[in-house]
Amino acid sequence: MNKVKAVFVGLLILWLPLSSVAQQLSREQIKGLDEQVQEIKKDVLAISTELNQLEEKLLYPSNTQVSIFVSVAKGTKYSPDAIQLKLDAKKVAYHIYSFKEVDALQRGGVQRIYTGNLRQGSHQLEVSLIGKHSGNNKNKIQSSFSFSKGVGPKLVEISLGAGGSVVEVIEQ
Amino acid sequence: MLQKITTFIFVFLLSHQLFANDEISKSDLFFSEGLYYAYQENYFDAISRIDTELSQYYGLDEPELNSLHFYLNNAEFSIGDFELYYRMHNRAGRAIKAVLEGNVEDEVKNDAAYRLAKIYHQKQQPINALHTVERIKGKVPEKIKYDLELLKAQIFITNGRFVNAIQVLSQIENASAVAGYASYNLGIAYIGNKQIEKGIQQLDKAGQINSTDRAVLAIKDKANLVLGYKLMENKKPSLAKKYFERIRLDGPFSNRALLGAGWAAVATENYKQAIVPWTMLSKRNITNQSVQEVLLGLPFAYGKLEAYGRAAVLYGEALESYSLELKKLDNSIKLILEGKFLEAILREEFKKDKNWLINLRNLPDTPETHYLMQLLASNDFQEALKNYFDLDGLNIKITSWDGYLDSFTEMISSRKVYYTPIFPPMQERFRQLDSRMKIRLAQRKKIDDRLKKMLISPRPDFLAKVDERIALNNIALIEKKYARNNKEKYIDIKRRIERLKGVIQWDIKTEYQERFSEADKNLKALNVHVEKMDNDYKSFVRTRQSATQSFVGYDDNIRQIKNKIKFAQQKINTLMLQQGHILELMAVEELKKRRERIEALQIKARFSIAESYDRAVKKQQNIELEKTREKSVKDNKIKSDGDTP
Repeated sequence: MNKVKAVFVGLLILWLPLSSVAQQLSREQIKGLDEQVQEIKKDVLAISTELNQLEEKLLYPSNTQVSIFVSVAKGTKYSPDAIQLKLDAKKVAYHIYSFKEVDALQRGGVQRIYTGNLRQGSHQLEVSLIGKHSGNNKNKIQSSFSFSKGVGPKLVEISLGAGGSVVEVIEQ
Repeated sequence: MLQKITTFIFVFLLSHQLFANDEISKSDLFFSEGLYYAYQENYFDAISRIDTELSQYYGLDEPELNSLHFYLNNAEFSIGDFELYYRMHNRAGRAIKAVLEGNVEDEVKNDAAYRLAKIYHQKQQPINALHTVERIKGKVPEKIKYDLELLKAQIFITNGRFVNAIQVLSQIENASAVAGYASYNLGIAYIGNKQIEKGIQQLDKAGQINSTDRAVLAIKDKANLVLGYKLMENKKPSLAKKYFERIRLDGPFSNRALLGAGWAAVATENYKQAIVPWTMLSKRNITNQSVQEVLLGLPFAYGKLEAYGRAAVLYGEALESYSLELKKLDNSIKLILEGKFLEAILREEFKKDKNWLINLRNLPDTPETHYLMQLLASNDFQEALKNYFDLDGLNIKITSWDGYLDSFTEMISSRKVYYTPIFPPMQERFRQLDSRMKIRLAQRKKIDDRLKKMLISPRPDFLAKVDERIALNNIALIEKKYARNNKEKYIDIKRRIERLKGVIQWDIKTEYQERFSEADKNLKALNVHVEKMDNDYKSFVRTRQSATQSFVGYDDNIRQIKNKIKFAQQKINTLMLQQGHILELMAVEELKKRRERIEALQIKARFSIAESYDRAVKKQQNIELEKTREKSVKDNKIKSDGDTP
């Protein structure tokens, strides 16, 4: 019986949960590295912000800048499948939505689908959309809108799923 | 041990993400764009977008006119909140400030504080976790109500404050949202508080929970397993058996349960009872520790049942399996040291798949991840791995940025080549137009001022027509000519002059109102043209300015960013090497430990096989001796019978 116990205890010791390997590496070492990773994230984010500003200044000066955004109207569960934009009869943007993107739009996120440059004056925006309201069948919609570009930057929001028109354009 | 147990809970706990900004109006499009990325769990882009907007906002002369002005608090808080999601929780960081001092609703702030405390807890910083959780006050979002209480209890346990943990857990023990977890942790807290009997009773309760939820069933199994081994330690194997038998045969703890059930039977000398669970276990995946162990246990039980031959065969098989596994482990260690492990975990297809860690084992030339499963599930390894992924993501981004900057530089030089020759003549032409415009605008202003004055003190002469002015001038000249001649013959001429003057002035004065209205109307009509001219002027000035700005003043900025990128890239590479080395070290250490264990089992197997052969031979000898003895007794009997007349 004693031998049985000895074998059992021996094997039980072998079975005991593995002690954390990380304990062999110094905890301070791991923590220090983690902090350095956080620091570099901070640095890279700062570079990204600078780069965003530089890009905007260089590529889209405020007098010609036009940005087009896509949103899903509040309170609706409209699911876009794909969207295509034509600006003054020229194709400027095309996007196929992933599940995550649709979810983000339905939760109130807004997608910047296009940023470009336009002259002052009146312009034509053509929206082709494939999508559906929850529970309905998919359908294809084409709408045309005109908007006016002034001296400053122009923001145009395409709101999907609103009322009967499905596509609405809001100028800012 | 307690840390391990509480850590384990997190493997099963899937927290529901709640954004601070669910209800934020979409009026600020750029801020909402940041949310769009955040909702997709792309926190880097979310932070970067909102940061860009915030820095532009703070650079404005009149920020209160910007649409972001109304969402400033939310934007500032969101940045900190997303930094938490991006695991940037440095003490002095914005995330901490946002969570602890954020000027937002309690629910939003408490949700972020909950996540911060959870991060600290996972990163094994119990004091920080405790301080954070203690600052949660006011309304808590319904979604995290019970998770928060559970987290509080776990933090109390890791800080050794078992009484507090018992208080918290007793209140939520029966809540369905944390069913099993609270009950199990309560048992652990009682044991931690040296209330062993209560702890055992509590774990017994946790081990009988009814649920169809896989995570709850797993915690139920875990409770039974802990209890079973606790009773084995307390030398109550017959009681332990019941708890091992409660554990599902297809759950994550089934191997250890089968092993424990066998040992419980062996400890009560019911060797036959050990054979069934151990035989079942011995057919499972050999890389599992319990399976490796049972390869020794099973022949041991057969040996106790005096089936020495069978035992010797099984020991032989065990030795063979151990040798194979040792080779596999050596190969895995070699592959890890060659960098194959890091290569494998960075493959895109695996990052996209939630089960990528499990799928790793299907890859050729991939280290034997079965051996690493326990390590892979540990917090330390997970955190190190996430950091490695994040660094890889940063590296990819930053490398592409360097390319952008080269394109920008090229674009700027092309613009310079284009604009430099056309600027001087264009400037000259503009100067001329500018001075002409200024004169005309001054004239218009003069007329406007004059008309305004004439409203108060009418001046009909100002509104005389061109022919009337010419006529009046001619009359004045004639008048001057005859002014000094007072002869009779000129009197008639003078009278005629006066009459002519009178007619003209009559017209001017009687038509004054009409003429004034006409002048005012004409001036207003001019305003349209002046306004258009003014717009064209502004547009030209802006275009000229943007054309000038399109190639001037970027050199320093681009050089600085390039340097920053270079520096960051070097830092990222160094950190990736360090982080990767830590991951490899963790993996190799783990495999080495498993190797050592198998070697120990191998030695035991060698001794046991020899012993089994000895016993088998001895048994055989005994049988033969017995046979010989029996034969000799029989022979003697026959002989004695033959001798008898």
